Amino acid sequence: MGLNFDATKPIYEQIIDHIKKMIVRGELQPGDKLPSQRELAKDINVNPNTIQRAYREMELLELVETRRGMGTYLKEDENMVITIRNDMARDAVTNFLQEMVSLGYTGEEILVFISNELSNKKEEEEGHDV
Amino acid sequence: MSKMQAVEIRNLVKNYPGVEALKSINVNFPAGKITGLIGPNGSGKSTMLKSIAGLVQPSSGEVLIFGERPGRKTKNETAFLPEINHFYKGMSIKQVINLYESQFSNFNRERAMEILEFMNLKPEARIKNLSKGMVGRVKLTLTMAREVPLIIMDEPLSGIDPKSRAQILEGLISEYDAEKQTIILSTHEVLEAEKFFDYVVFLEKGEIKLQGNADDLRAEHGMSIQDLVKEVFE
Repeated sequence: MGLNFDATKPIYEQIIDHIKKMIVRGELQPGDKLPSQRELAKDINVNPNTIQRAYREMELLELVETRRGMGTYLKEDENMVITIRNDMARDAVTNFLQEMVSLGYTGEEILVFISNELSNKKEEEEGHDV
Repeated sequence: MSKMQAVEIRNLVKNYPGVEALKSINVNFPAGKITGLIGPNGSGKSTMLKSIAGLVQPSSGEVLIFGERPGRKTKNETAFLPEINHFYKGMSIKQVINLYESQFSNFNRERAMEILEFMNLKPEARIKNLSKGMVGRVKLTLTMAREVPLIIMDEPLSGIDPKSRAQILEGLISEYDAEKQTIILSTHEVLEAEKFFDYVVFLEKGEIKLQGNADDLRAEHGMSIQDLVKEVFE
């Protein structure tokens, strides 16, 4: 539900990202049971084989474990949230940096750009309070 | 299991007078997967699907369905959705369901009624009063209500309005049983349908130009199947 797929990227990876975001936002917690593959397939209107691949991949990433006859569970790992959050932040920054470098920005220019944008944003938010 | 093939095609040639519809095709359709057969008009998609369904006799080469040549047994294990509207116009949907039930031993009537409801169709409605999109939904209902291991759909989205297309794809995916069924579906509507495909086979002028796992193709080329096909085509 509410999942818009980007057809230029593997769909199973987008399902993994969707679940990772739910973990970071606290909607799923370590030890929680994931929806059954069939349920999730119907829910987000995706081929059940694609869900199966996403779950299998998450098992390889040691994010989840499958308990025989019981379903798929998030691992009981308290550090999981921090690790995923850091990984996703690193990915976002890597993409951002690639884009900026391709536009010809140097490291220092990028830092200046970011800090300008952050202070603009802060001013805007403070401006709203007045 | 995942390596099992539902359909194997070896050196398949089909000639019509003056036309080479299929030029020595070699391709496998994996079991338990949804394969999208895509390609422009006249590329041979329909001929290929009909030879799998046993409706077209190959000029040479071989088609195997779960290891067997098309015949009585394989026909009983295959549900074929034709591109044309093949219903008697005067019949109601319910009468068509009765007809299917009498024709096919593996037709699940209860399931047909459920899918019909999901498709927003009334059993009393007469075929002649249905829009093209509604007929498309009836065809999907009848195909998915057959409990068979192989489902073949020839252009189920062609000439159908966007809302019905979405309903057909949604119905297809919610009724699809990956543990027991293989689906092969031809379509022009690559953009809408591609997210439901496990595998893609791209046919052009009777030859296979591209095939593979849909997500792997996306990862490898960094583009959608729709764009990839355009690139191969041009």
